[in-house]
Amino acid sequence: MNQLLTDTLHTAPIMGTIVLALVVILINAMKKDSLALEYWVSLIGIAANIGLAVWAFPLRGSAFAGTVMTGGFASLTAAVFLVAAGLTIILSRAYIEKIGVNFGEFFHLILMGAAGMMTFAAGTDLVVTFVGLELMSICLYALAGISRRVHKSNEAALKYFLLGAFASGFFLYGIALIYGMTGTTNILGIAQNIAAYKSEPLFLVGAGLLLVGFAFKIGAVPFHMWVPDVYEGSPTVVSAFMSTGAKAAAFAALLLVFTATFDFIHSSMNTVLSVLAVASMLVGNIVAISQTNVKRMLAYSSIGHAGYMLIGITAGGDVSMAGVLFYLISYMFTNLGAFGVASIIENAEQQGTDLENFRGLYYRRPLLAVLMGVFMFSLVGIPPLAGFFGKYYIFVAAIENGYTWLTIVGVITSMISVYYYLRVVVLMFFQAPEEAEAPQVTSGGTIALLVSAFGILLVGLFPSIVLGWMGGLF
Amino acid sequence: MIESYIPIFLIIGVAAIFGVVSVNMSWLLGPQRPYREKQSTYESGVDPVSTAHYRFSVKYYMVALSFIIFDIEVVFMYPWAVRFRELGWPGFVVMLVFVVVLAVGFIYELKKGALRWD
Repeated sequence: MNQLLTDTLHTAPIMGTIVLALVVILINAMKKDSLALEYWVSLIGIAANIGLAVWAFPLRGSAFAGTVMTGGFASLTAAVFLVAAGLTIILSRAYIEKIGVNFGEFFHLILMGAAGMMTFAAGTDLVVTFVGLELMSICLYALAGISRRVHKSNEAALKYFLLGAFASGFFLYGIALIYGMTGTTNILGIAQNIAAYKSEPLFLVGAGLLLVGFAFKIGAVPFHMWVPDVYEGSPTVVSAFMSTGAKAAAFAALLLVFTATFDFIHSSMNTVLSVLAVASMLVGNIVAISQTNVKRMLAYSSIGHAGYMLIGITAGGDVSMAGVLFYLISYMFTNLGAFGVASIIENAEQQGTDLENFRGLYYRRPLLAVLMGVFMFSLVGIPPLAGFFGKYYIFVAAIENGYTWLTIVGVITSMISVYYYLRVVVLMFFQAPEEAEAPQVTSGGTIALLVSAFGILLVGLFPSIVLGWMGGLF
Repeated sequence: MIESYIPIFLIIGVAAIFGVVSVNMSWLLGPQRPYREKQSTYESGVDPVSTAHYRFSVKYYMVALSFIIFDIEVVFMYPWAVRFRELGWPGFVVMLVFVVVLAVGFIYELKKGALRWD
């Protein structure tokens, strides 16, 4: 009984978020027209859960018979997902009323999705990891299609669901083969005699199938086909949550399983990872140039960013793992902000996120344009914004571990990305104002965007503090 | 390791024999008065041959989802009930949490009128 209580307490952020989601859905069931109440309950609950995550940070260890990690890495990632969920909820308050899907279930699904992400990232047993992955994915499938009268949203949900279920199959098959080889699904147990398994074909096939599942969720080439269609079709705030939370969760789990446990440095699996990284960077950044829709452009850019983070996964070692985590935090703020601006620009028919709609934005909504500029510069990686240090740490770690050629590809593709990111900035600031009405900006949306921009600046100006949290996490 | 799978093979064998025997028994012993509807494939009372773009009632999903909720609940409760004494209070609390979560889903379903038939 005591053990059960301690375990529950140590996994407080996950438990708290699940309870919060249940409370929100109960309010929704019991009370009519309770969107405002659900909104505030969600926000206060998320703030409380972030507090719990901070409180649980020193409690490093594992709970529930070694199946879930507590404290440290789990707390840090939990806080990241909760911040992403909170910002998404603030942004979505006005947005879901604009597009006419103002259901309380929206907040419930976001909260449950965040709980799934935490479980996904904190699971130290492959079965728990899979349960987290599914909880996250099912919420996102429903969220992608929540705008049920819009064709593109339906298409996005169905595409994401079918391909996602397929990828989950690969993931499970990988777990089954690894279990067949090692006799356990606990990654701590596998880590104990990893040296014996590392060259076994069965184990490598299992790890490869697992990697297919992960690569799908992070949207790495060649498993990226769904990314542009799903990000474009889904309601924009959902795309924001998907591209930050889901991607960060998949990367955190990938770090835990592949880099920290399987430790494939200087093996054939590393060649596979580097191929994924190079392909993602090239395809993502080059195809993004020809996009005329900002949501689609951000989708391709997120494929490119998955490539940069895969450099860190390939290089391995403590420095690059900290670098990937740092990148995830900076990318979370940046991409949430960029999608957030797109969600404000968008009209009630879920259209109007073309590049043309950004023309002369500065003359209509100066603050919005300046914020979008900050997000774009952070995505490019201009100091002192967070995006710069994310790339910097990953590239430094890659060079230290002898992957200079990956860094060269990364820098070249970053140069390519400057073109399409700055094109948005040029359109907003230096082009004649279009004869169009200014988009409606609500105070909630402004606050969320300001928090994102502030986060980018803070992480960019004091990178050593953020990096300090990551010392000895693994 | 392979010895631990023997009960599973055993139960697969028993299941297969039970299935084959019971289906064949009813075929051998039962009276046979076939007509067209009886011989067509069973599709929950829906005509099995029609166009693919067929609209069917959303109630199917409602019933299916409610069924899954309680089906899964019972599937987890059986092994728990068998080991009830050994699991003690921690087992009880865990099961309580599980049932409460399902109950929240059920309350939501009721309040949204998923079980209102007309």
